[in-house]
Amino acid sequence: MRDDLALISRWIPTGARVLDLGCGDGDLLAHLQDDRQVNGYGLEIDQDNIAACFAKGVNVIEQDLDKGLGNFQSDRFDYVVMTQALQAVLRPDSILDEMLRVGREAIITFPNFGHWRVRSYLGFKGRMPVSSALPYEWYDTPNIHLCTVKDFEAHCRERDIRIIERQVVNRHHRSGRLTRAWPNLFGEIAIYRVTL
Amino acid sequence: MPETIPQDSVGLVQPQTLHVDQPLELECGRVLPSYDLVYETYGTLNADASNAVLICHALSGHHHAAGYHSADDPRPGWWDSCIGPGKPIDTDRFFVVCPNNLGGCHGSSGPGSQNPETGQLWGPDFPMMTVKDWVKSQAQLADALGIQRWAAVVGGSLGGMQALQWSMDFPDRLANAVVIAAAPKLSAQNIAFNEVARQSILTDPNFHGGRYYLHDTYPRQGLILARMVGHITYLSDDAMRMKFGRDLRSGRFHFGFDVEFQVESYLRHQGETFSRNFDANTYLLMTKALDYFDPARECDGTLEDALADTRCNFLVMSFNSDWRFSPERSREIVNALVQVGRNVSYAEIDTPKGHDAFLLPIPEYRKLFGAYMGRVAEATSNA
Repeated sequence: MRDDLALISRWIPTGARVLDLGCGDGDLLAHLQDDRQVNGYGLEIDQDNIAACFAKGVNVIEQDLDKGLGNFQSDRFDYVVMTQALQAVLRPDSILDEMLRVGREAIITFPNFGHWRVRSYLGFKGRMPVSSALPYEWYDTPNIHLCTVKDFEAHCRERDIRIIERQVVNRHHRSGRLTRAWPNLFGEIAIYRVTL
Repeated sequence: MPETIPQDSVGLVQPQTLHVDQPLELECGRVLPSYDLVYETYGTLNADASNAVLICHALSGHHHAAGYHSADDPRPGWWDSCIGPGKPIDTDRFFVVCPNNLGGCHGSSGPGSQNPETGQLWGPDFPMMTVKDWVKSQAQLADALGIQRWAAVVGGSLGGMQALQWSMDFPDRLANAVVIAAAPKLSAQNIAFNEVARQSILTDPNFHGGRYYLHDTYPRQGLILARMVGHITYLSDDAMRMKFGRDLRSGRFHFGFDVEFQVESYLRHQGETFSRNFDANTYLLMTKALDYFDPARECDGTLEDALADTRCNFLVMSFNSDWRFSPERSREIVNALVQVGRNVSYAEIDTPKGHDAFLLPIPEYRKLFGAYMGRVAEATSNA
């Protein structure tokens, strides 16, 4: 399992009701189902991923996140998870609101655009950053709403969203002295657990 | 039949008949004292009878879902694209059962069969059947075959409604319900199309109040019209454009009312073929069963209430160009199942083929269907 998924799964207790937005091939939910007996559903649009979820016995619903979560009733879930997709949706602010409407807590991960390597790429090269975490060119990137750790936290403050837990890690999904002291400079992936 | 039977066909098959002497109490209040169910099976039932899959047919379907009846059979069964060795419903792994529904015209008791009490043909006196009644009779078939619990109950369109009904009426007797191109109930528009079809039969002078058998005739024109209007709703605008466009049979206008456009020719041909092979009373009955289907109404509540006591896992699939039972209708089922916490998966297949797509060998559809059924088979062998 991807390291960030392993980190997230530690935050989800046994028997929780989980909605995973952009669940990919269903690894996280499969793990949570087997290990924590969660009642989970994934949303996904890629049909290869959907077939992979079927094969794993993971509940998956073909649904485009950009069309919202209007089909789910308020407070239906304990946790709504979205890993590495916040930056790819049309309106990250709306989806965040929706996540906190249908779920008690939201767990979100995104690539930190404030990382020093990204800053220096743009600063010194004067070109849009391309890296292992952000491997696309400016014209074909699905990442249309990149943000930094500071941006995200400012947004949470504006919307009265409470940050329960934060893990900012390097590309190996480890946190160290640097990522703890200067998360917006040394963190490559930001992982948040938030609530209203 | 083709020169040689394809590798992925179930091959030559033979229908069987189950005679049930136990009275069947029907939703309409009447009782069917005894009845016949004709059915086919493919594959082998395993030792603990845990690998059985029930196929529920749609409006004009029947028990012959796969394989060939004889060496001269021009076409395989109606769902041969999905049933057979290595196909989504893999007959190397599953024991597949497909009955003809009561009220049908392919061997099971129906308007065209004999009323045991009078010795006459039932005709229009055959009791009105509902999806619930069919499911009840299918449970009798399961009992007779020694199947306590289906690995899956699978159906498209009206067949999908039966799969859904199974999950509500016999929650412990199926592990999975596969509901394809279906709806939780018909819309006013759906009912309207059915009513046009029924009126075309009922007003045919050869209908004789449904007793056309006694007059040695049948409402041919009515059946043709009914099928023509039905068929339009099974295809999409795009599918018709691609298949026919505005193509003319002879390349020019004749300024008359004979067949000129290819689409006219096609519809008439479809209607005529259908009218020779289908019973008018059955068509009336089947369309009413569709109209009546409404599990929420049945439990005096919402669809969520109706599905609250289900236990099985669900797969719901729809086709984006299907306007007869659009993806929105399938999503209503999915949303209700999520709300009551049931295991449910949903996929929407991108195809221009309309409602009929569920019968076609569309690669994405077969891949997803196969992936799900593969998991069902694994769970079966681990059980």
